[in-house]
Amino acid sequence: MTALLPSLPTIVALVKIGLLVGGLMTAAAYLVLVERWMAAWVQDRKGPNRVGIPLTKIRLFGLGQPLADGLKIILKEDFTPRHVDKVLYTAAPLVILAASLAIFAAIPFGSSLPPIPALGLTGEEPLLVAPGLDVGVLWVFALSSIAVYGVLLGGWASNNKYGFLGGLRSSAQLVAYEIPLGLGLLGVVLAAGSLKLDVIMDAQASSGVWYAFAQPLGFLVFLVASFAEAARLPFDLPEAEQELVGGYHTEYSGIKLLLFLVSEFLHMVTAAFLIVIMFLGGWHLWGLTGSGPVETWVVAFIRFAVLSAKILGVILFFMLVRWSWPRFRFDQLMNLAWKVMLPLGLANLVTVAAVEEFRPQLSAALGAGWAQAAAIGLPWGVFFIGWIAAGMLTPSGTDNTPIRTPGPLDAEHVLGASTRELVEV
Amino acid sequence: MKPSDPSITWLEEKPLGLAERLYLPLFVSGLTTTARHLVSPKVTVSYPEQRPKVGNPLIYRGVHRLNRDDDGRVKCVACFLCATACPAHCIDIVATESPWPDREKYPESFQIDELRCIFCGMCEEACPVDAIELTSLLDLTGKSREEMIFDKEKLLSVYDMTKDAEPMKSTALGGTL
Repeated sequence: MTALLPSLPTIVALVKIGLLVGGLMTAAAYLVLVERWMAAWVQDRKGPNRVGIPLTKIRLFGLGQPLADGLKIILKEDFTPRHVDKVLYTAAPLVILAASLAIFAAIPFGSSLPPIPALGLTGEEPLLVAPGLDVGVLWVFALSSIAVYGVLLGGWASNNKYGFLGGLRSSAQLVAYEIPLGLGLLGVVLAAGSLKLDVIMDAQASSGVWYAFAQPLGFLVFLVASFAEAARLPFDLPEAEQELVGGYHTEYSGIKLLLFLVSEFLHMVTAAFLIVIMFLGGWHLWGLTGSGPVETWVVAFIRFAVLSAKILGVILFFMLVRWSWPRFRFDQLMNLAWKVMLPLGLANLVTVAAVEEFRPQLSAALGAGWAQAAAIGLPWGVFFIGWIAAGMLTPSGTDNTPIRTPGPLDAEHVLGASTRELVEV
Repeated sequence: MKPSDPSITWLEEKPLGLAERLYLPLFVSGLTTTARHLVSPKVTVSYPEQRPKVGNPLIYRGVHRLNRDDDGRVKCVACFLCATACPAHCIDIVATESPWPDREKYPESFQIDELRCIFCGMCEEACPVDAIELTSLLDLTGKSREEMIFDKEKLLSVYDMTKDAEPMKSTALGGTL
């Protein structure tokens, strides 16, 4: 009989998965509300503040809105247009949601829990679904690439020009920005010496220097690239409403659309998790969380709260940015990826490698304090020089001014001025 | 027109300075603008608990009313000027001989189809005796189309309802006539 019962680690993992998926889904629903609030406040409106507890008159500042939103979209007709590729059309939202959720297997959502002997847990229990996974960061990036398939499949299967264009743009954009994203990440991996996200957090906590301070250029590159990877403004070209109706999910409705929208929010949450874990110290806050192993429940809770607060802060920044800047044009987007972010990411990687390589020699020659100062000063120097060089050397976009002196290939020259006038008439 | 046409004045775009090329002014101004609006007072109100504030009720173009004179009679003389001026043809007047000595005609029936009305205020401007006016009542609702055709009694009752808050425009202060 006991052989049929799942083992303790299995149960623990299942509990963690339940908590994480439940928490993420609830968070995604409430982030929609926060996004609507932010949109309203930035536009000088009050925003949704009516829906509270159902069947009562209690309003709770509109905290019941996610329930109403969710019910509404679930109860809508799940319409499949006749012209779509049915198999791929149905598979796309499932692929994208499954990939976005599976990413969180390798992402820690806190530090760890102290031992619970009553349940048979004698060691510290890390708040991570797959704690032993040595390739944590690779897992995250592999699955976020699979999530791109969802977008592509959705755009392709829709058999709609807007969906198709959205999918095309999305593929080009996400492929382009995965490179700066990876370069920003490589600096952190190099400095921490591990692909495990929990080890990366521990490294920042024990040194007390978050990687955003030690590698400002890497932080900048990673931040910009994660905006593009999450397809948030100013890089939301895959679903630019003004141009593409809804982009790759134009033809979707009802619960399939809901899956797309939820996974979009999950992308943003993932990006926020990665930014906080890799560059903003994870659960670490000076003087509050400590940096050693977790001994009491209070410490465990404080670390969880600090991590959550940082993530919420980054998400609020994401949402504020949405209303702050206009969308990039596609050529500007590509210029930024290949001509600005890629060189800057390489510069960051080289700097970090040099710092890590020569740190022992520097400590021996100058003493630990000066070595640390140099290890932080050099990347900041590279940061400023790199940014200014990028600004001065790279073109800001293509020239859109009208042609005043036609060249050999311009229409006026080829056809002759009279022909052009005829065409214009 | 060709690009080389002498009547075109070409304006050169200013080249971007270093700060613009570093994306800094855009970054700062974008974030400060949105952050300022995030905390600034809101312009929308929680209708219906809170009523939107009408700037000047005397010049607002809301629901119509038919004014009464000092004796409480309808002021209208059934001249049809408002019905003629109305671009939406929503005013329907049936005139008959006046029982009073101070005018020849008066409206036996005066109907405004509020669903057809475009609230342009032409009727108000056309009226020679200031009998028809637009009030500042802005939330006009009804359960049927028939209900939204306002007859003379209804229009007079709108006057009774609003005469204290909004005195007749040509006689009182602030009127635009």
